[in-house]
Amino acid sequence: MLRYVVRRLLLLVPILLGVSILIFFWIRALPGNPATALLGERSTPALVKEYKQRYGLDRPLPVQYWDYLKATLRGDLGTSISSRRTVVYEIKHRFPATVELALAAMIFAISFGIPLGYFAAKRHGGALDNGTLITSLLGISIPIFFLAIILKYFFSIRWHLLPSVGREDILSDAKHPTNFYILDAIITGDPAALWDSIRHLILPAIALGSIPLAIITRITRASVLDVQNEDYVRTARAKGLPPRVVDRRHVLRNAMLPVVTIIGLQTGLLLSGAVLTETVFAWPGMGSWLRDAIFNSDYAVLQGGILFLAVVFVMVNLIVDISYALINPRIRYS
Amino acid sequence: MSLAEVEEIRLEADAPSGLWSEAWYRLRHNPAAIIGGIFVSIFVVVAIFAPVIATENPEAARPDRLNFGKPPGPSWDHILGLDLLGRDEFSRIVYGARYSLLIGVVSVTIGLTIGLILGATAGFFGGYTDSVIMRGMDIMLAIPGLLFAIGIVAALGAGLKQVMIAVGIVNIPIFARLLRGSILQQKENDFVLAARSVGVRRRIILASHILPNSISVVIVAATLAMATAIIDVAGLGFLGLGPQNPATPEWGTMLTDVNDYITIAPLLAIFPGLAIVISVLGFNLIGDGLREALDPKLRTRG
Repeated sequence: MLRYVVRRLLLLVPILLGVSILIFFWIRALPGNPATALLGERSTPALVKEYKQRYGLDRPLPVQYWDYLKATLRGDLGTSISSRRTVVYEIKHRFPATVELALAAMIFAISFGIPLGYFAAKRHGGALDNGTLITSLLGISIPIFFLAIILKYFFSIRWHLLPSVGREDILSDAKHPTNFYILDAIITGDPAALWDSIRHLILPAIALGSIPLAIITRITRASVLDVQNEDYVRTARAKGLPPRVVDRRHVLRNAMLPVVTIIGLQTGLLLSGAVLTETVFAWPGMGSWLRDAIFNSDYAVLQGGILFLAVVFVMVNLIVDISYALINPRIRYS
Repeated sequence: MSLAEVEEIRLEADAPSGLWSEAWYRLRHNPAAIIGGIFVSIFVVVAIFAPVIATENPEAARPDRLNFGKPPGPSWDHILGLDLLGRDEFSRIVYGARYSLLIGVVSVTIGLTIGLILGATAGFFGGYTDSVIMRGMDIMLAIPGLLFAIGIVAALGAGLKQVMIAVGIVNIPIFARLLRGSILQQKENDFVLAARSVGVRRRIILASHILPNSISVVIVAATLAMATAIIDVAGLGFLGLGPQNPATPEWGTMLTDVNDYITIAPLLAIFPGLAIVISVLGFNLIGDGLREALDPKLRTRG
């Protein structure tokens, strides 16, 4: 097992290097150049030249890449030109918002998706099964931002049930030691802030969770249908085990293998891909930050932010693979 | 003509015909696929005949028709009402179908062509070529799709053409992996071994034995990719990265405008959204139907 983990970790190195090269050259392909972007209206040819010299932008590209790689490994991702704060500082404040949203969305998707898929398979061909299939197909066909707009319209604008933007009430003076607002409210023992954070989280989580919900439901259903007809399930039934025990111990446990993988892969996607949901709900996470960075030509933010999210994505996928190998010995030894 | 070449022609003529007629039969008896087919047909017909179906010019602003700045709702003259600049919403939705279809077809074609060339090269030649290409694909897959597309649009500048290229590029590794996997599977088949042992050239084996057998997987993936491409392009349009002329009736861009004014005109958010859902659902239903129809495991051997 250890050898498997080490091998997978080593395989990550070339991929991450490749990603860093891709992002480095991509930034250089962007229209305009960092010097004029930073200097703005004050830019003159002489100033641009001086700036380029000061930041080493006049040196050959491979040298620049090497410097960039060294800085990145030191944890220096540069400074945002729109907020004048370091990219690392911004990530520290924004990534928790994205993680909180992604986890809430996954909890929503898992707690509805697995039971729905399971019961749909148990009543294969029945009304619940067909209903589930249609809903999950609709779920993957609705653009996430459209669903988000609809939810926002009904639940906050029309019925005033839930807040429509942000992570907390704008007048809130809650303290945030970790930037995970729900965790913060629990640490500081502030029930009002906890309730406020949860209320802000509900709509974005449902919107973002809709796609994983649909996918988890479909995979669970297909997987339970598959496993139900396996020989070992028939054997278990034949030797007289009560149906409930067969379902729990043989069907559900084996059917969960592909579901666990999907849950992991989807979590990786959500951690990095909530740009649309965050935009609709003005959620101050990584996604809305990167979107603004494009419109502000904030290259340091784009470069650092996308690299960071790619690393997170690759790491989550690695953890998924490793945990899959842990639960399924057949993978480990192949 | 050598024996091998005769053999080859016969194989080619036999194998696909059974598969396709069987698949067509299965497809016709799958209600979900039929509904999908209807949705997609409506979408394509509307897109092609947009100038005939639309009642007005979708781009010319008519602020004089607004009601104290508020767009009037649906009426007999304007069945979906007017938009925020007094344009006929129905005509805009109809012309929007053109953009979505064009965008979907172009971006899937870009991804498909490049992806298939890379995948076929990697799968067929194997070895060093395979490693280089597939590691490149791994790197592309390490950056989450939508983020990757956003990055490409940022580099190329916002606009319709750029969005199509971005979504196309994001699709490349998906098709490359798919075709490579399928080719590796085919290579082990007896008929490939047979063709090789009688001395058929490698390029001909690829073109006439392996690719035709991989084509069903590719068709299924391309149909489903149309669905995701439409959603992704609408998403980029929604973020303001799509067509830069604000009059362009692209469905995603139309939703951006409305998001800011949802309190005064909620219906304007519903219509373009529904148009996206119907076309995407259509492609998803057909894709699923095709997968079932072409799945060798489900196919009955006659």
